[in-house]
Amino acid sequence: MTWIPEAASNLAGKVDGVLLVITLISLFFFVLISAVLIYFAVKYRRRREDEETPYITGNETLEIIWTVIPSILLILLFVYGFVVYKEMRTPPADSVDITVTGKQWLWTFDYYNGKKTLNELYVQQNRPVRMIMRADDVLHSFFIPAFRVKQDILPGRYTQLWFTPTKIGTFDIFCAEYCGTGHSAMLGKVVVLSPEAYDIWEKGIGVDDGAAVASLPPAELGEKIYKEKGCNACHSIDGSVVIGPSFKGLYGRTGVLEGGSSYTADENYIMKSILEPQEELVEGFQPVMPSFKGILSEGEITAVIAYIKTLK
Amino acid sequence: MANHTIATNVYVPFLEKKGFLSWFLTTDHKRIGILYLVSISLFFLIAGIIALLMRFELMTPAADFVSPHTYNVLFTLHGSLMVFFFIVPGLAASFGNFLIPLMIGAPDVAFPKLNLGSYWIYIAGTIIVLFALLQPADTGWTFYTPYSATTDTDVILITFGVFVLGFSSILTGLNFIVTIHKMRAPGMTWHRLPLFIWASYATAILQLLATPVVGITLLLLIAERSLGVGFFDPAKGGDPVLFQNFFWFYSHPAVYIMIIPAMGVISEIIPVFSRKPIFGYKAIAYSSLGIAFISFLVWAHHMFTSGISEVAATIFSFLTFLVAIPTAIKVFNWIATLYKGSIELHSAMLYALGFIFLFTIGGLTGVFLGALAADIHLHDTYFVVAHMHYVMIGGTVMGFFGAIHFWYPKWFGKMFNESVAKLSWFLVFVGFNVTFFPQFFLGIQGMPRRYATYPEEFQSLMALSTYGSWLLGLGVLIMTVNLLKGLFSGEKAPQNPYGSLSLEWQVPSPPPHENFEEIPHVTDWTYGYGKKKEVDA
Repeated sequence: MTWIPEAASNLAGKVDGVLLVITLISLFFFVLISAVLIYFAVKYRRRREDEETPYITGNETLEIIWTVIPSILLILLFVYGFVVYKEMRTPPADSVDITVTGKQWLWTFDYYNGKKTLNELYVQQNRPVRMIMRADDVLHSFFIPAFRVKQDILPGRYTQLWFTPTKIGTFDIFCAEYCGTGHSAMLGKVVVLSPEAYDIWEKGIGVDDGAAVASLPPAELGEKIYKEKGCNACHSIDGSVVIGPSFKGLYGRTGVLEGGSSYTADENYIMKSILEPQEELVEGFQPVMPSFKGILSEGEITAVIAYIKTLK
Repeated sequence: MANHTIATNVYVPFLEKKGFLSWFLTTDHKRIGILYLVSISLFFLIAGIIALLMRFELMTPAADFVSPHTYNVLFTLHGSLMVFFFIVPGLAASFGNFLIPLMIGAPDVAFPKLNLGSYWIYIAGTIIVLFALLQPADTGWTFYTPYSATTDTDVILITFGVFVLGFSSILTGLNFIVTIHKMRAPGMTWHRLPLFIWASYATAILQLLATPVVGITLLLLIAERSLGVGFFDPAKGGDPVLFQNFFWFYSHPAVYIMIIPAMGVISEIIPVFSRKPIFGYKAIAYSSLGIAFISFLVWAHHMFTSGISEVAATIFSFLTFLVAIPTAIKVFNWIATLYKGSIELHSAMLYALGFIFLFTIGGLTGVFLGALAADIHLHDTYFVVAHMHYVMIGGTVMGFFGAIHFWYPKWFGKMFNESVAKLSWFLVFVGFNVTFFPQFFLGIQGMPRRYATYPEEFQSLMALSTYGSWLLGLGVLIMTVNLLKGLFSGEKAPQNPYGSLSLEWQVPSPPPHENFEEIPHVTDWTYGYGKKKEVDA
């Protein structure tokens, strides 16, 4: 069993050091306390109803010892936790800034070169990154377990955290501050690329992972996008209404819009809903869907439509 | 002239008088304690069943038993009912009411009618919350803004219910402080008081001083929702984090309201079943006051990642480590009490020893959370869920069950089946650990809390936790049936089956309405076990 996610940032190893030391000291005291407790409870079991017991009310020396020693240990643990925390809160001068916006229930990332991604954060190995973060609506919290970083995201104020990714790979991003119905669906991924791969990504257009994506049949790609770009946080595929209309049976569905006019969910309607969601809002639904303009490419939108068509 | 024996009062147990009004309009602290005991136990069972439902959903990663929204409602209800309707009133309202006058040698509390009023205020709070269930809130028991200010569910009624309930806590605290100051029997000096009284006193101070803050906070939230004032809305110049500061200013002392009485119970049970004086009486007594004082200074350790400044976080972390010290002192003193004792592992003693074991785990895992660098990783994960349940169940509930098993003969005049009690203890103890220990690991692995659905890699530990919850539920069920059965068909209880020296055991089981035929004259502390009687020359 993996005790803890592999340490994938420069800070992770230091945080793990703090965790380890506290674990060892806790284990020591836990074993000591339990052993003495059980030993006394067994050794001094009542053997005769009328057995005598000594009238012991206390011992000042013991009191002092078991006050002073834990106090010293606790102060040391406080200092250790503080020292590592200080580093976690002090981004280096050469870190690059990436802006994070958390909103119910997805993450958008805006990069220093104008790129924008949804739910997937692309960073370069060994280059420090400062995340500048804001929420659009309620509290969220940006949490990357493998990097050992976490920071609440607030509306109306920027918060920040920083890290230097040390391992190439893909790691989980979780929302760690309860934010409503889609809280547990607000999942992201941080993709750590080598400098060469990062270069390629930076110069690429859109957000597909290139070759891998090009080889997928449209409906399958659409399903992948449905899961990874946050659609599943609000749209079910089983007919139930989560926040938005269910995708099941969506293609070809007719109905009424807010404002009274009617709609048919054909290819154009679906594309419009993705790019300008408030323009033709279905009656009875809240105007909360974010726009995916600049986030999903035309090819990706086509794939999503193909996927929706399979959901009869 | 014939010698007459003056007829003494015929002993009428306080439970004797029948009829609804004799219960619902009683001013007898012993009956009010029962009213609270029944009410809080009912909420404990309801909120416990909700927890079983939650754990059943969490057996699998997908939301296949309930929808995510329903899950969110469930954990909101579970937390709100457990915190506000069970554990905060908890031992203070039930056992505090029953024991304080008896232990100090008084006929009742200082303000018996206020005491009755406090109970009905509690009931009023529960009725208001009942109406809130029509559109139950999905905010979590912590009601963080902005979500709680904007969610479509009914937040106003549930927070108003809690607001009303708060007055029960405040007035009970007031009543107990005055009672302990003014109604101690002659000779019952402060340093002869049982440690449960010291604990109740410290708790009462917290109830009185901290509860008004959450009352005001919830009113502000209601104003935010209904009038759109903007205290917590940045668009109107407010700050969502302000809510957290207000909320935790109460809710941190509140956790000590939850645990300090339970610690008082442990300090009573261990000397009786070891037949030894409590070791370090003054250390334990003053540590309760110390914990209460420091508890007002640590609230923002719930907020290290909330956007507070690094300086503030550092100060709060330091103060949090301080509060661990008086707590550790108690644990060492309780264990030292066992040394060279004559120990009987009665079910009450098993709960007390179980408390020490489990609360130690809860307390040590609190150290992880108080350390800044570690907390960043662990905050809002299952590690916190495990920690809080170790201190609340492993701590307070063990103390609560221990208190029930210890004072049951005194309060109800009956005995329960001791073998079944030991069995149910064992199931509760094992079931609790299987439920919550895996959650520490889930948290370290990064599993966030309040997740209705979760990544597959967490499933095996989540399923294990669910199996544990079934064992725990079974243990609580058997314990409850055993205790109820004793009420109806148990043996009549003797006056002092365990040889306690405390005043409540020197009156019949159950006590008469006025507690003492004659107010006792106290000449020694309650922990004189093993003291050699002075031999007169």
